[in-house]
Amino acid sequence: MAKFNMSPNKNPMPVQDPLVRNRNFQEVALGYSEEAAIDEAKRCLNCKKRPCVEGCPVRVHIPEFIAMVAEGKFEEAYQIIARSSSLPAVCGRVCPQETQCEGKCTRGIKGEPVGIGRLERFVADRHNSLCTEKPALPVPNGRKVAVVGSGPAGLACAGDLAKLGYDVTVYEALHLAGGVLVYGIPEFRLPKAIVQKEVDNLRALGVKILTNMVIGRVITIEELQTEYGFEAVFLGSGAGLPRFMGIKGENAKGVFSANEYLTRSNLMKAYREGGATPILRAKKVAVVGGGNVAMDAARSAKRMGAEEVTVVYRRGKEELPARKEEVEHAEEEQIRFQLLTNPVEIISDEQDNVCGMRCIRMQLGEPDASGRRSPVEIPNSEFVMEVDCVIMSLGTSPNPLLKQTTRGLETKRRGEIVADEQGKTTLNGVYAGGDAVTGAATVILAMGAGKKAAAAIHEYLQNK
Amino acid sequence: MYRILKKKILNPTVTQMEIEAPLIAKKAQAGQFIILRVDEEGERIPLTIAGCDKVGGGVSIIFQIVGGTTMALNEKQEGEYIQDFVGPLGTPTHLEGLKKVAVVGGGVGCAIALPVARALYERGCEVTSIVGFRNRDLVILEEEFRAYSNRFRLVTDDGSYGEKGNVCAPLNEFLQAGETFDEVITIGPLIMMKFVALATKPYAIKTVASMNPIMIDGTGMCGGCRLTVGGETKFACVDGPDFDAHLIDFDEAMKRSRMYAEFEAEARENHCNLYKKEK
Repeated sequence: MAKFNMSPNKNPMPVQDPLVRNRNFQEVALGYSEEAAIDEAKRCLNCKKRPCVEGCPVRVHIPEFIAMVAEGKFEEAYQIIARSSSLPAVCGRVCPQETQCEGKCTRGIKGEPVGIGRLERFVADRHNSLCTEKPALPVPNGRKVAVVGSGPAGLACAGDLAKLGYDVTVYEALHLAGGVLVYGIPEFRLPKAIVQKEVDNLRALGVKILTNMVIGRVITIEELQTEYGFEAVFLGSGAGLPRFMGIKGENAKGVFSANEYLTRSNLMKAYREGGATPILRAKKVAVVGGGNVAMDAARSAKRMGAEEVTVVYRRGKEELPARKEEVEHAEEEQIRFQLLTNPVEIISDEQDNVCGMRCIRMQLGEPDASGRRSPVEIPNSEFVMEVDCVIMSLGTSPNPLLKQTTRGLETKRRGEIVADEQGKTTLNGVYAGGDAVTGAATVILAMGAGKKAAAAIHEYLQNK
Repeated sequence: MYRILKKKILNPTVTQMEIEAPLIAKKAQAGQFIILRVDEEGERIPLTIAGCDKVGGGVSIIFQIVGGTTMALNEKQEGEYIQDFVGPLGTPTHLEGLKKVAVVGGGVGCAIALPVARALYERGCEVTSIVGFRNRDLVILEEEFRAYSNRFRLVTDDGSYGEKGNVCAPLNEFLQAGETFDEVITIGPLIMMKFVALATKPYAIKTVASMNPIMIDGTGMCGGCRLTVGGETKFACVDGPDFDAHLIDFDEAMKRSRMYAEFEAEARENHCNLYKKEK
């Protein structure tokens, strides 16, 4: 076998057939075989500049782990990733690699970059399915840290602190740990068994996870620090509060936030026949928005039996904020895209059930503050789409609960918790990270923030 | 898992349970709610807290048996467990500074009105309680209300107990007689709260309604519980559940509450059949 694989293309990812998978909730991408993984790993030039590592928010030692894969040393590869990432099986699946590691890959200059995400997933899955060894328990240092929220930021922070010997307790408001990984991202993109495995790995490290605990209400941050004896607290409460457009008819029956639709389907398992939680089985669905969450909602609706699902987005295809792969998968699954279009009114029948959505066509004007060309309405271009369900996927704001219940915790105008680069908030010993600080972003950025805060908490407590 | 400490049948369709949840009991205030799941596969339902035993660690809930979930809950016995119980959620009812209040409860809503009446009474506020039920068999908590009210009026739709009529009759009587209140607090069916709000509006008496819309997470995440209040969208779980009744769009709230009516009817039917089979 040649030492390097000079093919300009990635090894293709085996996937379920689009017209089969858009009727089931099983995972879309099936994962590399050992042969494909080794072959793909050999595409890595192991270049000196290591631009991929620069592109990774948690700085995984990418060329090193890929070199191990090329040699067939998969467990060694896992150990290299695990040094930097707490959730490799998750990140391999949901990271926007095209704008991070793979976006910087030297191979991407001529041809496709190395399939770093696919390799990460392969290595993590192989480890999870084969490795039965319990991780070595860290030596306890007897100091307690509380983590609020068990999403990617909280889990990453908890994992790093536990490895340093801290006695970590994670408080989760819902009945299941995982945050957006369990209520938001659907089964077909991120199987819940994988999230469970990552959570179990943390428990094996000695992390305590308490569900049904709404911090702020049942125990305040101050009480965690005083009565409960936690020397530091990390807030990873996420950006839960859904935004709506404020247009007429938005509260009609059949209009949902993407959060509600996905929570019903994912967390509450409404997609299963005979589930106790109801969900609208709509025929013609419009999903408003163009991010990953919009793609998840659209593809879930299709799987739930909708005949026609249309993503309605006010900018063009190039501007869709979703991962490229998600858009491609959605298109393959016969999701329609109504681009450069914005809803102006939701129309409902006498029973107040949604029966249509009035929209207006848009064109791209001058670049706005974000540098993107802002959409402008085209006069007299209104038209009505016939739909019986509208899912609003317009982003979210940080959960207001901690702000309401924590004196001295400063937040910005939209509710984001004020925190410095290391995650330090305006309260002594209280750190924050992830969507609660940045507003809605990605799993990997939240993880990165959780890790940074863990390091900052460690430093703070060592000097205390 | 959360243990059922006590169970009491209040009437054929309404049951009271006390659940062991010491942390919640310690913090809960009148007007707040909990969310529970009966079993591993169950749905999440919100129920307003009817009282709590801060020493014994029990939290009381009173529920009407309306769908599959409340049926399953009602089948649980003392000493058994339910899967999940989370709270206290929502903002507590605002009681400070109130000197004279009318508490207007309807049906199972009286279960939630009682802790409000009690909290006010214990603060030295003059409490007028007006409670309404469909008929004699459905009357609950009469003695408790009498104990925590300076004035008490009970009405039934069919006149089989107390006065005949709905809660607006005694309320209007007071208002027309020139009685004033710092606030009217109303908890019950949406249609009743709507009419209570209409009755007090001409007198410009501040009126607060406790809303109980469809909810999933109860922490401000799903937006399923949204209402229009004064033209703005509000989330009952984090902004409420209490809102200015003169500003609530009750007609919209009533329509939204029927969103899953068919599904609920089917779930109830399935649950009954399942139950029959077991028997």
